[in-house]
Amino acid sequence: MFYIHCPYCGETREEEEFHPKGQAHIARPLDPDACSDEEWGDYLFFRDNPRGIHHELWVHAVGCRKFFNVTRHTVTYEILETYKMGEQPSITAEHPEGRPTDAVDQQASLRDGVRA
Amino acid sequence: MQRYSGFGLVKHALSHHENWQRQWRNPTPKKAYDVIIVGGGGHGLATAYYLAKEHGIKNVAVIEKGWLGGGNTARNTTIVRSNYLWDEAAALYEHSMKLWEGLSQDLNYNVMFSQRGVLNLGHTLQDMRDIQRRVNANRLNGIDSEVLDTKGVQELVPIMDCSKNARYPVLGASWQPRAGVARHDAVAWGFARGADAHGVDILQQTEVTGFKIRDGRVYGVHTNRGDIEAKTIGCVAAGNSGVLAKMAGIKLPLESHPLQALVSEPLKPVLDTVVMSNHVHGYISQSDKGDLVIGAGIDGYNGYGQRGSYPTVEHTLQAIVEMFPIFSRVRMNRQWGGIVDTCPDACPILSKTKVKGLYFNCGWGTGGFKATPGSAHVFAASLAKGEMHPIAAPFSIDRFNTGALVDEHGAAGVAH
Repeated sequence: MFYIHCPYCGETREEEEFHPKGQAHIARPLDPDACSDEEWGDYLFFRDNPRGIHHELWVHAVGCRKFFNVTRHTVTYEILETYKMGEQPSITAEHPEGRPTDAVDQQASLRDGVRA
Repeated sequence: MQRYSGFGLVKHALSHHENWQRQWRNPTPKKAYDVIIVGGGGHGLATAYYLAKEHGIKNVAVIEKGWLGGGNTARNTTIVRSNYLWDEAAALYEHSMKLWEGLSQDLNYNVMFSQRGVLNLGHTLQDMRDIQRRVNANRLNGIDSEVLDTKGVQELVPIMDCSKNARYPVLGASWQPRAGVARHDAVAWGFARGADAHGVDILQQTEVTGFKIRDGRVYGVHTNRGDIEAKTIGCVAAGNSGVLAKMAGIKLPLESHPLQALVSEPLKPVLDTVVMSNHVHGYISQSDKGDLVIGAGIDGYNGYGQRGSYPTVEHTLQAIVEMFPIFSRVRMNRQWGGIVDTCPDACPILSKTKVKGLYFNCGWGTGGFKATPGSAHVFAASLAKGEMHPIAAPFSIDRFNTGALVDEHGAAGVAH
């Protein structure tokens, strides 16, 4: 049984309140009509399936009903972090101990810049 | 190969059963083979067997990182059926069913194939409409299948709660009498013994760590026991297919999920058929040993740990107890999880890849065991000829880009 921290509710709740929704950070092509069959098929069907750290989309189905992201290890099943939509993971396959702080800061400022 | 027979049993009894021949050798890898099969589960071993037996290609290695049938082959609920909706899928699974029917004789190995029939229950009007459609499609494809009403189901399975008071009342079912169960270990062992007898090298505890590719053509594999060369390589690695594909620089549309099953303590014979329910999601049969074999659904998230989640077990057992109140106090003995490689359209991939000479047979998801002989038969033919067998052709990896999916997801009997 997972205990998952919903970044919107700010609470750690049981797995059954949530649904997994597949790989996170998949951007819909901006102009679908301009996609080749290859690109469109890749967008619809082809997913990373790593043995190790994976970034996933989950929904707090019987809670706040919001989508958020989870970084989870697919062998140990350990949940390493949860973060809101639009944010980037701090733990990745390249940086399993967490990205160096300046990189995170840079990411955050970049993101804030984009948002602003 | 020493053939098994009643006479042999008597003969070996005289020497206290101490002189039985080993079922397969444990050879050291050669430098090169004609064909390498990566993955020593049922599908892989059977592919090697049919390559040797039907196509005369005997210089074959099966490379397995663990031991034979240590993966999903021995982790499933052993159900064999062919009542699939779409023509492409029906052809593949029915091809397999026909091979099952003569398999014990063909292998000279008792795979304990028992055609005890499979019921796929309907609990809603829409279920029943889908069942009627699927049964009609089956019959047009020459697959035995009929629609039963509540009374028909009750007659076949007297212990099932078919009353109107059930939370999800049983309105009827599809019934395939030729379907049934087989002993999964025996399937792996029988094919291994048969392949070995034809000269196939079965290399256990040998892990593929990379592919040797030059000019877009594969010519061998790296393993923890040295490099082995072959111009034709078939990967049949179930849940680990994605990892292998990545080594070859290929992307597969697969996601690996844990799928779990459980068995109870042994009971006296009480259930002589297989009952599956899509709607409440549980399936159950009773083994020859007497234990109830129960299958659950997959966990929704990706995972490679060979165990499943507790909520999934709980939901499945709720469904089983709802259908069979008589089982409410049966204790469970064992529970386990296997890693299944699920495809977006719930159909397998039998395909060439952009790397010449490298073939994949994967994506069987939750329903690969039933297809073991059929999948291997057409895959072996494809490897031997270098062209995909007509039954395998619709399951090319290209379908995810062309859009020609074989969408069995909602249509299959159950359990995808």
